[in-house]
Parts: sequence; C-alpha cells; structure tokens
Amino acid sequence: MKELNQKAASLLESNTVQVVIGYGKGSVDRTHAIFITSAAECEQLIFDSRCIQNLAVYLTKAEIKKMGKPAIVAPIPVLRSILQLAAENQIKDNDLIVLGVSPESEMIELESLTAIETYLSTKQIAIDEKYQTAIEAIKAKPVSERFAFWVKELEPCFKCYACRAACPLCYCTRCTVENNQPQWISVASHSLGNLEWHVMRAMHLAGRCTDCEACYNACPMAIPIHLLTKSMLQDVSANFGTTGPSLHRDNTLSSFNPDDKESFIR
Amino acid sequence: MGEFEPKIVAFVCNWCTYAGADLTGTSRIKYAQNVKIIRFPCTGRIDFMLLLKSFGEGADGIIVSGCHPNDCHYTSGNFHARRRWIMFRGLLDILGIDVRRIQYSWVSAAEGAKWADIVNTTVTAIRELGPYTDYAKVAGYLEKEASV
Repeated sequence: MKELNQKAASLLESNTVQVVIGYGKGSVDRTHAIFITSAAECEQLIFDSRCIQNLAVYLTKAEIKKMGKPAIVAPIPVLRSILQLAAENQIKDNDLIVLGVSPESEMIELESLTAIETYLSTKQIAIDEKYQTAIEAIKAKPVSERFAFWVKELEPCFKCYACRAACPLCYCTRCTVENNQPQWISVASHSLGNLEWHVMRAMHLAGRCTDCEACYNACPMAIPIHLLTKSMLQDVSANFGTTGPSLHRDNTLSSFNPDDKESFIR
Repeated sequence: MGEFEPKIVAFVCNWCTYAGADLTGTSRIKYAQNVKIIRFPCTGRIDFMLLLKSFGEGADGIIVSGCHPNDCHYTSGNFHARRRWIMFRGLLDILGIDVRRIQYSWVSAAEGAKWADIVNTTVTAIRELGPYTDYAKVAGYLEKEASV
C-alpha cells in the first residue's frame, strides 16, 4: 500500500513517531511484525489478507515502548484492541499514531481514540455463523459428553502459552499461571492443568476479549480456544447488553449494575 | 456400601451467610451434615478457581452464598460476584462442568431457616445427580501416573 508507506515515512521523517509497527514479509508466503525506525525502510511495509497478527500486542511491551512513540498499522481487530487497551488505561491519546486500515484495505484517518470508537461503532463485533453453529453444537451435547469433548480438544495443549503471548489483552507482567503460592494452575500439561489454564484464560478475558482470534491463530495445535471466548462474548451481550470495547464504560467484570438479572441465585 | 453421601463445599461470606449459618445452629435447626463451610470476607473474594479446586479435590457439589444485593458489607462485593458467577456459569456450561452442582444463594444473617433449606435441598439435588467423577477423574491424573 503506497499510501501507507508514504504516511509512515513522513511520520518518521518529521520525527512525529520514532517507530512504526507494521507488517512485513516473513518466511515463504507469510507476513510478520516489523518495527521500522527510518523512513527509508518504510517500503518494507505491506498490507494484505495474510496480515492477521494482532500488532496491538506490542503496544504494552516495555521493549517497544522504549523505542519511543509508535505509529501502528491497524486493521479492525487491532483497532478494537487499541480501544480496549485505552478503556483499561493502558494507552492514552497522543501515546500513539494509528494508521487505520479499512476492510477494503483503504487508509482511514483516525486522529484520536474517540475517532476510533466512532469508526468502530459502525463495525460491531458479530460472531460468525459457523462459530455460532459450532458453539450451539457443543452446548447441545449432554454435559458429560461436553466435558469429554473439551478434555480431548485440550489434550494436545503443551502449555506453550502462545495464546497468552499473542493476546493484546494478556498484558499482565505477572500472570496467575506463574503464581505458585498458591499453585493456582497445575504446571504440567496434563488434562487438569490444561483445563485450569484455559478456564482461567477465558475468565480473565471475559467481557474484555475483542474477538480478534489471535489466540487461536497462534495456537500450534489449532485448539479451538476461541470458541470459549466467543461463547463468553455471546454471554456478555445476552446478560449485559454490551458488545465490544468502549471508552465510556468499565469492563463487564470490574463494574456492575444493581439491577443485573440472573435466574440461578436463590 | 451405604447410601451415597454427597460432599458439599460451601463458600460463604463472613457478614451474612456465615452468621446466618451460625443462627441455624443457635436456633437448633437440624440440617444435613454434608456441608463443609469455608468462610470468606465477601462473595467478591471468592475466586472462580476455588470452585474448580473443590471439584478437583472430590466435591460433589458446591454452595456459594453471601449477602443479599444492596446488603454487602463492602457495599458492592456481591454485585461484582453476581456478574462473575453469571459469566462463570456460562463458561462452565459450554465446558461441560455440570452447573447444577453449584448452588448460588443470598442468605442474610437473619435467615437461619433459609440456610438449612438451601443445604438440605442442595444435598437432595446432588444426591439425585450422584457422585461427581468427571472433574475429579481429570484431577487425579498425576496420582494415576505415579501409581503406574
């Protein structure tokens, strides 16, 4: 994208930003994240359908913050993550320049976090029909079969934590999984440890996940962990009527409404 | 072998349900003995992982109980807990961890009789569901490995 490259180059040239976080050519036909610090390198920037990594994950990394003010290439999933990070006070206006890219691969002018929110209000998160069907199919199984299904699905997990590393919202510097007093999560990658890890991961993303699928894309064993977060997105929307990030409300689980409704507490 | 006696773990808040359970006793109301009560400062403090740990350690059922909405000693712990349980219940449901095995309730310090009823009905319900082996089997993985 010529426009993207030019914009990035001019931002670096004018020293408005010191680093551009974008997509570059990876091995064979893959793309990967690149960190550009000079205008001359901007021709390396590419953007196409292969650019699925969520670059927002780098915004909270100390090593990247050290490089100076970033500009970030941001298709919709990245924009959603940026908005959620802002809602969680991890990013402020003026901390970064957003090089927004529309689904039609056109540059979008987004000069503030509010502008991102306004733009995203027209691009609401919608769970794809194939995932809805998959979730319904799981929920239709008898309870023991459902459990057996997940124990089997999680069997290949060897606790590499790529799902955590890829997620822009898993930015805690000390994760519960590394906490061993008490040992919340069994460390070995046996069924119990796998189950505990994925329950904890899903719960800690409840009401925060922006459905970017970075966790699933990063999983070397293609475990459908995104079905858990998608199912929870549906639950948030069904119970609390909210979908996706917003600068104007607190996270689902760090806020409450005295009139919250449920049907199971006696 | 006698009749199946469910093992129930109750996570209760200090200010309402724990005092309510105390009242059940001082009122000499008899209720099922299957419950082991764990006292917490507040339902807001009850981490969802604790519930999983109970199932892992062989609990057949769980009770989570605290102050009625608007009655929290810490003003909003139970409001937060309510949202957490709504979300957790949905997650357990898709995972196939039987949500019927966890009874949530609001029991105030004045509701000794309600506490007895909650325990009794939970014990009856869990007795009907039978022992909970799905999760404990998974949790027993390490022991099995060690015994091979």
